[in-house]
Formats: sequence, structure tokens, C-alpha cells
Amino acid sequence: MGIRIVKLPDVGEGVAEAEVVEWHVTVGQSVLEDQILAAVMTDKATVEIPSPVAGTVVALGAEVGGVLAVGAELIRLEVTGEGDAEVAAAPREAAAVPPPAQPLAAAPAPKLPVPPPASLPAESAASPIPTSRAPMGPPRPPGEKPIASPAIRRRARDAGVDLRQVRGTGPAGRISHDDLDAFLRVGTTSAKAARAANTEVTTVKVIGLRRRIAQKMAEAKRRIAHFSYVEEVDVTALEELRSSLNAERRQDRPRLTLMPFLMQALVKAVADFPEMNALYDDEAETIERHGGVHIGIATQTPSGLMVPVVRHCESLDLWECAAEVLRLAEAAREGRATRAELTGSTITITSLGALGGIVTTPVINRPEVAIIGINRQAVRPVWQGTQFVPRTMMNLSSSFDHRVIDGYVAARFVQRIKSLIETPATLFLEA
Amino acid sequence: MAEITAKVLVVGGGPGGYVAAIRAGQLGLDTVLAEQGGTEGGLGGTCLNVGCIPSKAVIHAADAYHHAVEQATVAPFGLRVERPTIDFARTVDWKDGIVGRLTSGIGALLKRHKVKIVQGHAELVDGKTCKVETDTGPQTIRAEHVILATGSVAAPLPPLPFGGKVISSTEALSLQAIPGRLVVVGAGYIGLELGTAFAKLGAKVTIVEAEDRILPAYDTELVRPVAKRLQALGVDILLRARASGLAEGGDAVLIEEGSGSKRSLPADRILVATGRRARLEGFGLERLDLTMNGPFVAIDERCATSMRNVWAVGDITGEPMLAHRAMAQGAVVAEVIAGHRRVFDGAVIPAVCFTDPEIVTVGLSPEAARQAGREVRVASFPFQANGRALTLGADDGFVRVTARADNHLVLGIAAVGAGVSELASSFALALEMGARLEDIGGTIHAHPTLGEAFHEASLRALGEALHI
Repeated sequence: MGIRIVKLPDVGEGVAEAEVVEWHVTVGQSVLEDQILAAVMTDKATVEIPSPVAGTVVALGAEVGGVLAVGAELIRLEVTGEGDAEVAAAPREAAAVPPPAQPLAAAPAPKLPVPPPASLPAESAASPIPTSRAPMGPPRPPGEKPIASPAIRRRARDAGVDLRQVRGTGPAGRISHDDLDAFLRVGTTSAKAARAANTEVTTVKVIGLRRRIAQKMAEAKRRIAHFSYVEEVDVTALEELRSSLNAERRQDRPRLTLMPFLMQALVKAVADFPEMNALYDDEAETIERHGGVHIGIATQTPSGLMVPVVRHCESLDLWECAAEVLRLAEAAREGRATRAELTGSTITITSLGALGGIVTTPVINRPEVAIIGINRQAVRPVWQGTQFVPRTMMNLSSSFDHRVIDGYVAARFVQRIKSLIETPATLFLEA
Repeated sequence: MAEITAKVLVVGGGPGGYVAAIRAGQLGLDTVLAEQGGTEGGLGGTCLNVGCIPSKAVIHAADAYHHAVEQATVAPFGLRVERPTIDFARTVDWKDGIVGRLTSGIGALLKRHKVKIVQGHAELVDGKTCKVETDTGPQTIRAEHVILATGSVAAPLPPLPFGGKVISSTEALSLQAIPGRLVVVGAGYIGLELGTAFAKLGAKVTIVEAEDRILPAYDTELVRPVAKRLQALGVDILLRARASGLAEGGDAVLIEEGSGSKRSLPADRILVATGRRARLEGFGLERLDLTMNGPFVAIDERCATSMRNVWAVGDITGEPMLAHRAMAQGAVVAEVIAGHRRVFDGAVIPAVCFTDPEIVTVGLSPEAARQAGREVRVASFPFQANGRALTLGADDGFVRVTARADNHLVLGIAAVGAGVSELASSFALALEMGARLEDIGGTIHAHPTLGEAFHEASLRALGEALHI
């Protein structure tokens, strides 16, 4: 068995670092080649990192929320056969983190290979972006017993601490009283803070974009009779398609997220349900149905929610949609989006990415009449006649303007989207 | 019928039971200890009455006598002794005196911690109630928690049932005279300890063992000095041999050897030491719904049995049947009952064989460590190179250290040599504290002591030994 270190790949032009937003694997889990390991977020997009090899996860390079430099250790896998050449080829990491399997030369003690857990803080200190979370990954490889003196074992027992969760910084990974103290501090500070009374009040002026958002949201909620409809969608096939497209994509193309697929599905679905791609002027009591599908993409920016618009999606293919979403999201976040790019949508998609939750109740982007929300994907057991099978499932939470859209129509519309996504080939069939 | 209630009832006053009772008393729990007494026990159990302590007393007396005899013949350092003799009845009296002091000490400790002692045979009615036949009539004890600590008994060998000349270790320690010819069946630590002692006291000892070597539980390297010494003491060892019964007249043991040949071995006493088994009968344990682990009561890491508030410690819970394991379990149970979070989580249980020379094992043997998938470094340091061993006139044996090859964490320590039993504590401490070879190498060991061999063995494992 060898150890393969998977580094954070170059996730996009000019990207120097990325934040880990979700781990799809845990320590001890075995992963297949191409299985998604983690989702990382750059200032441009959230990117899923597939595993280059099959193996078993030994250590995670950062906690969720940790920032990693491109080229830093993302995850450590135990693989069959040789430990990897990549480790040796990266001198900085090889120096700091000798593979644990490295045999010990008959050398005097000071030349001991430092056990991996103890070496990790040192490595992160040397890395270009020091993080405050120095100890990374699990306390010790699976199956290793924690080493601690009887006094420490007793203290831990009294405190209800499972020493297997405590990192040992001593020689051979021995757990010291300080290690236990540190573990207890982390465990108790948040609880303490929550108990202390905090009488501080801060007044924040609602100005600029925030004021516009507030007005718009209130107006939407005041005028529109919202109703939400949630449906479960099996995205297993779509995810397979997406990862194989990503694996074979040309260099100049962006990585595909779920978004462009959903946009393609919307284009197809609104062709059958033109009442969804419409603007309702409740003052004039008229509905404008649009031929062009201009999809608003709800986007979080540093100053607040913005909705840049991908115009004429019916004329864009999958890759063009993806590129346009990326470009507009970036423009919005950097405050470069033009007024034209931020107006004129006829239907909106909202996604919270890795924080997608189970169900949302999106607020309609008035004067539109429909908004589609993407929830989190999760592998769930699905009954298929004779047995449960693991399927990647995702909820779509959509809201409609009940003044002009009937529940029955909305449900059929969502069912149409569901059927397109579940059989992704139909997305690419000409009607 | 008198009836008393208590928070904790301990059934059995051996090392597991009395420690549990003392600790429970210290923690303020209302505790009753039922102890049946009799030939097999009394307070202190097998260990104090018919095991560890009396055997060590007899071994010490035998050593002293044999030493004197040796001086009378070879006198390596010029000590003149004229024909020493031993009055074995006085040896036994002296031993009984020690046992008496210790058992009354335990009684005093129990009293000091307000443990009520009920003398008599105890029988459980259910998981909370126990009937004790005391001298003053039957007594019922109701308790919230019951700790079973009934211990173990010498296992009989079917062809050689106990009685007459066939004795167990219990009777061997109370013989009024040294037998002329002693046949020991079983070359485990009990058989060898007593066989060696009686050989030193002048008995003609023959040891019969079914396996192909003595002390089958220990690795051959550790056993070699013991085998050598037995040979020097004139002890005959029959390996791959089974005792199949008593000869007619009862003054000889019939032996079947591996080759199929049979012979008759004349014997004045036959000590059967083929093992011990949990003492499960006669206590009403069958009325409880206890899950068994083979011939033992199954317990979890808190010494809890399958029944709520019924706990078990010591030999009835299985191997290793050692007093110090039982004591540690007893303390854990008392603290658990008192509401503390405790488990029996010792990293190691040291084991000592009071043979000549003594053997100590703590933690893993090199073989066991390798079988557990570890790459190991193993190093030994012989007592021939230890000054103190030479001045004691006992230079046979060694200390052996086994450590992980990758981070030098010590996994096991073993020693064989005269007086090495006293090293057991430092070995166990090293393992409990998670010592690496460097920790032992960096500890200044007093000179001249046997413990220096431990230091040097660790240095040797690092390639830094100084005195070899």
C-alpha cells in the first residue's frame, strides 16, 4: 500500500486559492476513481474535485471553510501498489511530510520521521496561506489506539472525552495534558460564549443595494400570492453525464455545474408552458409572454443578492450557458455587471450551492411569475421495486405567482423539468 | 430470618472482591461483603490464602535452604555452612503467620471503610438478593448492585481426581513434610513454581507435560534459562506425556508418553497443576440470566454482566487469572457504581512467573507484535553484562524490549533472570505512559541495578548500547 497525496488542482484561470465548501468523503472511506472528493469555491465558482485514483481516504487537508492554495494537499489517499511519485516530485511537501510507510533507516533517534499528525501543523505553517486551523485531518490513522498515560485517560473519561478524537502532539503521537486541554477548550468555548449575556447592539443603515433588495422583496411578498412546490429529482444520470463531460472537456471550456443543465431544461420546459416565461404587470393587468428565455441567476455578492441575466438561453448551447453564467457571476461579484446584464429576466433560478438545504421557499423576482430553486444533492436510498438502491437525489423548490399560475399547471411544469433532468439525453433532442 | 439491605453486595472476598468493597466503602457506598471462608479462602481469596502469597513464602524458604546447601558444597565466595537442615513444619507455620497478618489486615481495612462482612456460604436468589448461611443462621441480603467475585478453583484432571496423594496447589502449600518423590502434572507457571521449590527442598521432582515444552504460554527464548535451571536442580521433565491414572496401590502415576510407551512413575505426592477454572457452581449463578464467554462470565469494559446492576470481576471473568487484574477491575466497578465514568482500560497487565529464574512479561511479545501487523525492533541485553547480576551470583537471563520500528513506541518488555519480578513495575509504567525507546534510553537508571539491563536493551534497540 502506498500513500497518494491529491493536491488542489488549478481550478480556474488566475485562481490562487480556494475554499473547501463541502467534503463528499470522510476519513476511512474508500473512493473510486473520478468519485467527487470535495467541492471547493473560488471567487468565481464552486468546483467539484474528482479523485484521480481509487483508494482509501487517510486524511483531509482542511476542514470545511478552510482555504487552500492551488497545489496544496487536498486529501491523502491510501492506494494499492507504490506510494506515489507525485509525493517525491513535490519537494516542499516531501520534506515536510514523509510518507508514513517510509522505512526507518538504522539511524539515531533524532532522525525519526515525524509522525504525520504532528507534522501537519508544521506544514501548514510553511505553506503560503497559513490557516488558523493548524491541526488538520483526523487525529491518527484508522485502527491506531490513542497513546495516553493513565492520568490522562482518567481525566478524559471524567470529561466524557473519547481520546480517539484527540490529537496527540507528543512523541509517537502521545496525547499530553496540553493536548487534552486544547481539545476541551475547543469543545467548551463556543458553549461558554453562548451562555454569556451579550448586551451589545449595533445599528446598520440599510442603504444601497441592501435597500433595493429590501424594497423588492417586500413588494414581491406584498403583491404576489406565492405558492411553493417541492419535488424530488433523481440526478444520478445527470451527474454521470456531467462528470464525463467535465473529464473530457476542452481546455478553453469551463467546468460544468448543474446550472447550465437546468437552464437547458428550463428552455425546453417553457416551450410547453409559455405562461411560465412571462412578466405580469399587475397594475395594467396584462401578462407579457416572452419568446426569448432570459434566465436570471440569483447570485450572492459581497454587497448582497444580485440577479444577473443570461439572455436568450434558447440560442445558447450547454457550454455557452456555462460560460455565460460564470462570466456574469464574476462580473456581478466584482461590481462590473452592467445595468443591461442585471435586468430583463423572464424567469429565475436560485441556488445556494453547497448550502442548498432540503427545501427552500424562494421569493419570486417580480414581475416574473416563477422561480426555480435548487436544493442540495445527496445520495439517498431509493426503492426500486425490489430493493433500495443508492441514487443521487436533489430537490427542486419552486415558487409561482398563484394569481396567474394554477397549482396544477405549476406541478406539471415542474414534472416536465424533472423528467428532462432525470433523462438528460432528452435535453439535447430537438423537439 | 435476618434481612439486611445495602447499596452494594460483593460476593467473594478475594483480591477482586475485597478491593471492590474497600473502594465502594471509600466512596461512601453502603457495602456488604459475603465471604464463605473455609480451606479454599477466607478474606484475601486464593491469592492470599492458597496462592500468590503462601507460594512465594514457600519459594523463598526453599531458595534460602537451597542456597545454604549450595554454599555447603561449592561456596563460591567462601561462605562456610555445615549441613543445613530445614524444619518444614516451621516453614509452613511461618507462611501461615504471613497469611494471617495479611488477611487480618484486609479485615481491618474493610472495617475502616465501613464494609459489613457476612461470613458464610452465599447463594444468589436473584440479581438483587442473596442468602448467606452464617454461623448464627441464614441471612438475606438485598442490594441494588451485586458484584460477583467468586474466583477460581484448581481444575481437576479426570484420570487423577483430587484426594489422597493427588493434591492441588492448595494442599501442596500446606504439606506437613517434604515429599520424597513429587510428580507434578502440568508445566505451567504453578507447576513449575512449586516443583522448583520442592526440588530445592530436597524432593525428587518429575514434571509431566502434555505439550512439547515447559511454560507453553511463554516464548522459547524466555523459557530457556528456566529449563536449564530445572535440569541443574535434577528435575526430570517428561514432555509430550500424559498422566493417565494412578497405579494400583496408589503409590505411582501411570504415564503415557508421546511415543505410545507407558510407564509407572512412583510418587509420594502427585501435584495436579493443569490449570484453574472459574468457580461458578454453588452460588446460585444459574438463577441469573448471565451471558457466558465460554467457561467465564461475559463482561464489558466496565465489568458489567448481561444483567443490569450485576457486575463481575476477577477469575470468573476469564484470563489472565491474576490478582492484580482482579484488583484493578474491583476498583473500576466500585467507581462505576458510585457514578464515575470508568472503564478497565489498562494498556497492559504484567505477568510474573516466580520460577528460577523469574520471568516477567508485559505487553506484546515480538511474535505477537508481528502478528498484529507491526514492523518491530527487538533488542535484548544479557545479565552476563550487568554488574549487579554478577554480584548477586545470578547472571543468567536478559531483558528484551520490543518496539514499533516506525516511531519506537515500546510495545512489549520481557525479562528472565533472578529477581526480575521487581522490574515488572517499571516495565508496566513504561508501557502505560506510552514510552518510546528514547524515553527509556534517556532515563538515568541507578547503578548498579538489574534495571540497567532494561536501559541498555532500549539503547541497543536504537543502536546505541554502551555496555555490549
